[in-house]
Amino acid sequence: MEKHITVPADKEVLSSLRSGDYVYITGTIYTARDAAHKRMDEAIRKEGKLPVDLRGQVIYYMGPSPARPGRPIGSAGPTTAGRMDKYTPRLLDLGMGAMIGKGKRSSEVIEAVVRNRAVYFAVVGGAGALLSKCIISSEVVAYDDLGTEAIRRLTVEKFPAIVVIDSLGNNLYETAVREYAVKENGNAEEKIS
Amino acid sequence: MIRTIQTKEIADNISEMCIEANHCLSPDMSDALKRAEAGEKAPLGRKILSQLRENLEIAASDMIPICQDTGMAVVFLEVGQDVHLEGDGLEDAVNEGVRRGYTEGYLRKSVVGDPLIRDNTKDNTPAVLHVRIVPGDQVKITVAPKGFGSENMSRIFMLKPAEGIEGVKEAVLTAVRDAGPNACPPLVVGVGIGGTFEKCALMAKEALLREAGSHSPISYIKDMEKELLERINMLGIGPGGLGGTTTALAVNINTYPTHIAGLPVAVNICCHVNRHVVRVI
Repeated sequence: MEKHITVPADKEVLSSLRSGDYVYITGTIYTARDAAHKRMDEAIRKEGKLPVDLRGQVIYYMGPSPARPGRPIGSAGPTTAGRMDKYTPRLLDLGMGAMIGKGKRSSEVIEAVVRNRAVYFAVVGGAGALLSKCIISSEVVAYDDLGTEAIRRLTVEKFPAIVVIDSLGNNLYETAVREYAVKENGNAEEKIS
Repeated sequence: MIRTIQTKEIADNISEMCIEANHCLSPDMSDALKRAEAGEKAPLGRKILSQLRENLEIAASDMIPICQDTGMAVVFLEVGQDVHLEGDGLEDAVNEGVRRGYTEGYLRKSVVGDPLIRDNTKDNTPAVLHVRIVPGDQVKITVAPKGFGSENMSRIFMLKPAEGIEGVKEAVLTAVRDAGPNACPPLVVGVGIGGTFEKCALMAKEALLREAGSHSPISYIKDMEKELLERINMLGIGPGGLGGTTTALAVNINTYPTHIAGLPVAVNICCHVNRHVVRVI
């Protein structure tokens, strides 16, 4: 189903989204990828807090290419989310509302999504030029020295995302693939019965 | 006759080629994407493929890289044995070209200087360089920036000879199945069969440079390319891994003689942004 949401959004809105929904996201989101996650994890351990209050916020796993003059950002598509799995359950338990990325998540992440009534969106990998057009502004808010891996606050408008894992634990990567998979040499289950 | 070529000329070309490769996908790849859109059965899959087509148009017209992962620069040089190179060292010239291309072209710097300490080198150097000496008096340059979403899902299998052609097919299907949505399908699958551990990996990388839609000149390998493409597209993974009938656009296989005891197979997976630019000077 096609939906429009404004972020940050409260739990009621995020937990009402369903796997397979095509969602246009408008509002403020934050970027963080490998190096920023490592630093955030260290910050939680050492200082007990994050450089940015992520409660209710959306994290986009993305490291942009440099902006050309006159543009807010360069190419801006998703990176593989699974590399952040090690850190994600803790961030969800601390109140992070949603994630945008691409690719499979671990069972620990899926459990944390359900536990926290959160949501995992995918955006189309390799469509960085198209997606950059939905980003109105970009500002580094932490870890500037990490370059492309710094934490950025983005303003997005009608950013097109697809719900992959919803608050009930449904996973589009499994259900949709099953729908289009063609069993070789006929259907094995039918043969047995 | 010895022909003198300045290494600066190689650097200048590589700089331009890094920028070109990251903004304009070669016609064989964009045509393959268009064909896929026409044949895709899943409605969401078709929508994603049309977004990828629109993405290519925006990238070329607005000079925004096709993908934010502008890759690690893989450079192939075929240097004619009648060429005399003058100027800075060849490797330095290649890295100078990459440095300038990535800096002046607003491309992302994605290279860390040490794989464990992980400090960004801030200019995307060094490149990964493969040089061959060939007959002639020209230098053929291929620049193929490689993204790591798909590189991370690539595999090497050291099969037993007894596993044969069925073992090879299963290895390729396993790599694609395991890659799933992570490698940004629809994919181009480069396969190297034979040689040694490193030779099959290099052949798999070189296979990605081949034009999408072309086939191996060896007839049974050509048949295997077609069969594997068909079977990969039956996996259901689809565009973006969100279900569909287009999981790969091409399967390209290279082979080489190997040892009596071995059957190495490398599967180098590339996303739909399979970038490669070639120039001959």
